[in-house]
Amino acid sequence: MFDSPLRLALGLGTGVVFGFLLQKGQVAKYRVIMAQLLLRDWTVAKIMLTAIAVGAVGVYALVGGGHAELHVKPAAFAALLIGGVLFGVGMAVLGLCPGTAVAACGAGRKDAAVGVLGMLVGAGVYVAAYEPVAALGRSLGTLGKVTLPALTYTSPWLWIVALVVAALAMRAVAGSRRPEGASA
Amino acid sequence: MSTSERQAWSPYVVGAGIGALEAFAFVTAKKGLGVTTPFETAAVLAQQKVAPEASRVNRFIAARDEAPAVDWEFALASGVAVGSWLVARGQGPEARAVPRLWARRYGPGVGRRYAAAFAGGALMMLGARTAKGCTSGHGITGTLQLAASSWLFSAVMAVSAAATARWLFGRR
Repeated sequence: MFDSPLRLALGLGTGVVFGFLLQKGQVAKYRVIMAQLLLRDWTVAKIMLTAIAVGAVGVYALVGGGHAELHVKPAAFAALLIGGVLFGVGMAVLGLCPGTAVAACGAGRKDAAVGVLGMLVGAGVYVAAYEPVAALGRSLGTLGKVTLPALTYTSPWLWIVALVVAALAMRAVAGSRRPEGASA
Repeated sequence: MSTSERQAWSPYVVGAGIGALEAFAFVTAKKGLGVTTPFETAAVLAQQKVAPEASRVNRFIAARDEAPAVDWEFALASGVAVGSWLVARGQGPEARAVPRLWARRYGPGVGRRYAAAFAGGALMMLGARTAKGCTSGHGITGTLQLAASSWLFSAVMAVSAAATARWLFGRR
């Protein structure tokens, strides 16, 4: 029923840093998320691509040294397609994603709090409808818990170098100039 | 420029911080960052309380990788709210219920905005649990592991979200 207090404290601390960073990065805000979805502001993309590049180097280095393991989710096509479409529609209507909705809630946004309430109800619906949803999710087959390098018989470092180059290129092209939508 | 914008950090610094935090979580918690699993856990625990005999809840628990518990991910999601509050409390009031962009197109009515936020949140969570991840769990944690599932989900989700946003707010 409960994890050990140490593990709970660790999770809380990790979450505090995560929420702190989301708020400092301006992404726990409706207007910043919507400006990204409307392709008027690229703050969200800059944060995500940088996080992916840095995280990929760190995690794969740790895995190589035997200090961590990968935790890959199964590539069940129908589940990802249906889930992705529903997720995208919901995110655009709410104007926040799950992590940033919780963060905006912490910052006192009332509509974000209502969104989090909706998220709880959505999770309840999912649990109640689990069997038909899971069957539908498996209906187009699955590749299992597979990575792109494993799928293509290539080294993960090839992909990681590409990610780092992409992140650096984005920084060079977009820079840190303030976009038009930022103060809207 | 608002106080929060003056105190903002560069998106590259924030991104690098989140990437480093992922590596930290992989070592210390044997997990990456993710926000929606604890919502599923909360739903299971609530349904167990309300109807412990309901066989579908028990079958759901049996089918799950881990038994539902108040766990690391639960604490993580709570921490996100706390960390955000720590930054926001110094930035003055941000408690407006209806965002400006929304009000410009759909009016200043609070009820309409709340209804949309609730429905959007519910739909988003249904999608996240169907695909087993969100913008954190798939969008960052999964993509940085180069997971095939996460890159597919992220692409579908991005196109779906951008198309919906355009439909909601694009030029008429």
